[in-house]
Amino acid sequence: MALTRDEVLHIAALARLGLSDDEVARLQGQLSAILDYFERLKSVDTEGLAPTSHSVPLVNVLREDEPHPSLSCEAVLGNAPRHEDGFIKVRKVLE
Amino acid sequence: MSRPLHELGVVEARELLQRREVNARELAAAVLRRVEEVEPRVRAYITVTADLALQQAAEADARLARAEGGLLTGVPVCVKDVLCTAGVRTTAGSRILEGFVPPYDAHVYRRLRAEGAVMVGKGNMDEFAMGSSTENSAYFPTRNPWDLDRVPGGSSGGSAASIVAGEALASVGSDTGGSIRQPASLCGLVGLKPTYGRVSRFGLIAFASSLDQVGPFAMTVRDAARMLRVIAGYDPRDSTSIDRPVPDYEAALGDDLRGLRMGVPREYFVEGMEPGVREAVLRAVGMSGELGAVVDREVSLPSTDHALAVYYILAPSEASSNLARYDGVKYGYSFQAGGSMWEEMEQTRGRGFGDEVKRRIMLGTYALSAGYYDAYYLKAQKVRTRIRHEFEAAFERCDVLVAPTSPTVAFPIGSRVDDPLAMYLSDVCTIPVNIAGLPGVSIPCGFSDGLPVGLQVIGRPFDEATVLRVAYALEQALGVAGRRPAL
Amino acid sequence: MTTVATDYEVVIGLEVHAQLLTRSKMFCGCSAEYSAAPPNTHVCPVCLGMPGVLPVINRRAVELTIMTALALDCEIPEQSKFDRKNYHYPDLMKGYQVSQYDLPLSRDGWLTIETEEGERRVGVTRVHLEEDTARLTHVDGPDGSFSLVDVNRSGVPLMEIVSEPDMRSPEEARLYLVKLRQVLRYAGVSLANMEEGNFRCDANVSLRPRGSSSLGVKVEVKNMNSFRSVQRALEYEVERQTRLLDGGEAVVQETRGWVESEGKTVSQRSKEYAHDYRYFPEPDLPPMQVNRELVSRLRAALPELPDEKRRRFEEAYGLTRYEAELLVESRARADYHEAAVAASGLRGDARLQRAKQVANWMLGDMARLQNAQNVDIEAVRIQPEQLGQLVAMVEGGQITGRSAKAVFERMWREGRSPHEIVAEEGLAQISGVDELRGIVERVIAASDRAVADYRAGKTEAVQFLVGQVMKQTKGRANPGTVRDLLLEILQNG
Repeated sequence: MALTRDEVLHIAALARLGLSDDEVARLQGQLSAILDYFERLKSVDTEGLAPTSHSVPLVNVLREDEPHPSLSCEAVLGNAPRHEDGFIKVRKVLE
Repeated sequence: MSRPLHELGVVEARELLQRREVNARELAAAVLRRVEEVEPRVRAYITVTADLALQQAAEADARLARAEGGLLTGVPVCVKDVLCTAGVRTTAGSRILEGFVPPYDAHVYRRLRAEGAVMVGKGNMDEFAMGSSTENSAYFPTRNPWDLDRVPGGSSGGSAASIVAGEALASVGSDTGGSIRQPASLCGLVGLKPTYGRVSRFGLIAFASSLDQVGPFAMTVRDAARMLRVIAGYDPRDSTSIDRPVPDYEAALGDDLRGLRMGVPREYFVEGMEPGVREAVLRAVGMSGELGAVVDREVSLPSTDHALAVYYILAPSEASSNLARYDGVKYGYSFQAGGSMWEEMEQTRGRGFGDEVKRRIMLGTYALSAGYYDAYYLKAQKVRTRIRHEFEAAFERCDVLVAPTSPTVAFPIGSRVDDPLAMYLSDVCTIPVNIAGLPGVSIPCGFSDGLPVGLQVIGRPFDEATVLRVAYALEQALGVAGRRPAL
Repeated sequence: MTTVATDYEVVIGLEVHAQLLTRSKMFCGCSAEYSAAPPNTHVCPVCLGMPGVLPVINRRAVELTIMTALALDCEIPEQSKFDRKNYHYPDLMKGYQVSQYDLPLSRDGWLTIETEEGERRVGVTRVHLEEDTARLTHVDGPDGSFSLVDVNRSGVPLMEIVSEPDMRSPEEARLYLVKLRQVLRYAGVSLANMEEGNFRCDANVSLRPRGSSSLGVKVEVKNMNSFRSVQRALEYEVERQTRLLDGGEAVVQETRGWVESEGKTVSQRSKEYAHDYRYFPEPDLPPMQVNRELVSRLRAALPELPDEKRRRFEEAYGLTRYEAELLVESRARADYHEAAVAASGLRGDARLQRAKQVANWMLGDMARLQNAQNVDIEAVRIQPEQLGQLVAMVEGGQITGRSAKAVFERMWREGRSPHEIVAEEGLAQISGVDELRGIVERVIAASDRAVADYRAGKTEAVQFLVGQVMKQTKGRANPGTVRDLLLEILQNG
């Protein structure tokens, strides 16, 4: 399963990963090889098998609707690379 | 006492502390001195929390003086840097979490502290636990104390190496596809991955949520049992944690294996397995028979061969989502010289993540994307069901399964970095256990070319007690546990 | 070139997001109240998307969603789960939204709307549960333009209600929204206030030649902040698409934003790639099994809903459909009416009579004052039983209809009982013949012209004389008694 350069760029865009040209080229080869390896799964008979998304057979794990204390505003902003007047700050999002 | 303090075991040290033959400050100081001495060569820690350790040791002494000691009071431990520690930098081995100081404790760290453990520092690891050699740490690689030119395994390489090097008495790591058991095998100590749901994941920086589990490392099975008892248990903050009593694992340990049905699945003796590894593992199997176990060599797990592919679809898929939050907005590394918000976000992620992490994010994003979901993700989940069913069938005829932990001993640093698939194959014997959510432990079972070999014991869900009992009996009989390299 | 204008059918489907009335957030214990709180004060590691923290489902949010679904006659499947919807945006803390994809809490319901052509059912495709995003505000400063992030709203429980493309005009879309808001408020699941942002609406609009059953190219319209803007935006969009199609151009499938100030929709087509949300089951949350007992319990907990209540008001109180519709507009208004009627303890026809009069007051004078002064029924100072007393006083002839209006206005202002006001103002009706005879005689003596007119056969002159007596008594005289007395004196005199 050989990925094209455009496919690699498309995936990088979905994942919001800024990649250099070198990285794109390298990933194109590496990912293609790994996808080839995945081909083996096609031959596995999974007829009638339900998918497993959780290893534990739990259902209905719910909590009561009770408010608990939040962090202080200082703790919320403490790790923020940019903040101002109690808000986290990012470059303006252009629609 | 002939041995230096930093070589004490957990239970042993705890007893000496209880009898006031040693105090916690002395013990912490001894371990910190050892850290100073060997850390430049081993590099097991991303962060050494010396002041905090001494302060916690002083508190431990106060508790001991009041006869209020817990199960680990005064015991110096290493905590993998994937577990959040309030007020202490937590990086997950990544540049993107550079300088991140969480305002909360991981449940496991909270449990360790509640029982009085003293934290020496945060263990080095492959970035976001993605790797099998600790070479993917954004900071530096950790070295195997048995041979400083070789890897300690990974991703919890720092947690494993720190103990063998005498820089901690025990540690906690995380295991998504073998990240506790494989480094335990390569460094020659005990490493246990509990049943999925046995230990809370709250505060464990997520790699692959449906596979991740926190577990202990220690020089001996008894010490690992003590550690597990401390960290296991229900936590309402983790919806996948199970509300079941935690047994006294130490009490279940015993010397013989009479009546135990032990399966040796043939699929785990894979192509490319080193002869020295095979030999050491088979010797342990033979020993089990002598200890009274009924050895079943017919048990089969036919889908083992597919587990690696299943894992490398599911884990990166979950990871691609789990790692989406690192965008330079709320915390961590932030590239701020971009022309637009999107450029800054993309550059933050492009520069903040290392190669392996980017590779897996790409892989997972692809596997989940429109048009490919059914062929990759959904198919892998169905094969996962098949793998689970095969284990269930095997556990109808066996109480435990034993297998090699890793097909090879520790490999030289740099030897596999350019070949991701070869690196992924390091985990071929440990991955199926995560896929099925089972408990598994690796114990030292011998040496090959002077390097440790690990034996893996796999059990039924929530039957850590039996897994530990088998590990303990073999540890006693094999007589290779507790060996340390000269550093 | 001549074109024959095609007759198009409008096809509209709506997606509504409504915040649920829970105390805490969807997956963490932070307070869900965010509108009045200072920025970033209702935030914890979970809703901030910090590393390693985990979500836990709020039981109440699940229950409120199921109640909503039941109110919309949806099916509640036994199996449900949460999924991750993956996309990056600075208001999305985790880089994914926990939402529901292929196993929503409910599906296949409907909502009835009242159009000019009669009742119509609008299909409800599904009602599912998810979490809200943080709030962004944009600022321009000397060092560039920035967006400020307030994380308080992040993780607030949000219900998504998706309709079938069943609406055939912007007016129907508006009616659907009004009705949906009414149902959500009745069920007590959401404040459902569009202006405050806890009830949001996106629309899908397409046109097709009338008679065609295939769907046209649909355009998604966003950024509508009031019912009025929904209607205006949709009207604009219908017109725009009609113009395009009539001109032989194709409608482009895209998202368009409503710009209120300019009264038009503009394309939001970004240079970005198409979305690919990469949904997959949320591994941090075990699935849900909605047992039937819970469903019955929640069904029982649902209050009487607007349609039911309207029918009951028509039947039990003999009101017209229109009156009943207006009275059940909100639960509080309907309750007010019922309380006013119930306070009388009347039965049978007397009760019907009372209910009608109470309705007249509520939909007449009270509604007028409420509108003029922008007062919700909850804030009206007149207590329901006081309105009942006023109606009773008129019915019992203790005050005249004319006095009643004045009394009502004072009750509105002062919130006092009608008895008190009547006593204080001396407004009690004068029905005693003896008491009135003197006044009537004085009026006749002072009204030569009118008396002459009467004698000349102009019977309407009596009406003038009644008016004069009412004036003298400040409206307190019983007009019937006055008339009888006037005729008696005039005929005898």
